[in-house]
Amino acid sequence: MGFELTQEYILGHMNYWLFSVLMMTGLYIVVAKGNLVKKIVGLNIFQTSVFMVYISMGKITGGTAPIFPQDMEIDPEVVYSNPLPHVLILTAIVVGIATTSLGLALIVRIQEEFNTIEEDDILKIERAIVQAENAIHGDAMGGRA
Amino acid sequence: MLVLTAIAVVRMRSLFAIAMLSGVFSLLSALLFVTMDAVDVAFTEAAVGAGISTVLVLGTLALTSRFEKPTKRSPMVPLFVVLVTGAALIYGTLDMPNFGSPDAPVQTHVGPDYLERSVEEIDIPNVVTSILASYRGYDTLGETAVVFTAGIGVLLLISGLRLRRRRDDEDEDESEEV
Repeated sequence: MGFELTQEYILGHMNYWLFSVLMMTGLYIVVAKGNLVKKIVGLNIFQTSVFMVYISMGKITGGTAPIFPQDMEIDPEVVYSNPLPHVLILTAIVVGIATTSLGLALIVRIQEEFNTIEEDDILKIERAIVQAENAIHGDAMGGRA
Repeated sequence: MLVLTAIAVVRMRSLFAIAMLSGVFSLLSALLFVTMDAVDVAFTEAAVGAGISTVLVLGTLALTSRFEKPTKRSPMVPLFVVLVTGAALIYGTLDMPNFGSPDAPVQTHVGPDYLERSVEEIDIPNVVTSILASYRGYDTLGETAVVFTAGIGVLLLISGLRLRRRRDDEDEDESEEV
């Protein structure tokens, strides 16, 4: 790999590393925590850090927001940042809130059904249900219910 | 700041505080988007991330519980998974172009093309709007479809809630009478 660990290189890649750390914090919440609402918040943190990676790729040093002057007289000296990542992320934010609300609705439904939103408790209840069904239908299904 | 907020979310047990912190996180990321020239993204993030999603989480908390139970599982396995994934990600960024460099592959593809042609073809000042509604109109159409589907899903999951509760109450009343 042809890269040198100069100061310029480190500063130029600091954004990716910071967003990776944020992303991993979100992933850790999703994997390690048992509360379903907390998992959704972790998923949101993960998602937002992905957005930041995209937006940081579109930034040009010395650039400005991609909005032209009102009279559409464009000064060729002005540098505009890349508008394409912005568009993609706008779409992603809206899709993200849609999936978040679906997840939260599922949590409400789970609370109604199991009366808990802790993953450990839900697993315990499900295991009890499977064992109860096995005790009833076990012989008829060849012990595989 | 962002990392601190995220770590606070990991440590907190009160779900109410977590909902508020996720709002703070969204607002901070909106500020970051402004400094990276993405003003449209910033105000969408501030409205949607800090506004609507916080309200949704609070609504869920009102219907469920307020506090998180401590888990008995050991955090070592998730920590290991997260560290390995993070190392892989950082290894992947080593070949990336420097932050803000104008000759990165992202900047030499269709982006500048949109910037140039938008003036005569669309003739509105905000290039983000012209790409969103015109050049990438199908993306936006797909987005609308996703939001519609999610809305129907939420309605289906939630709609029977009050009905079922009332039925449960009636069942209990009847059993008490018997």
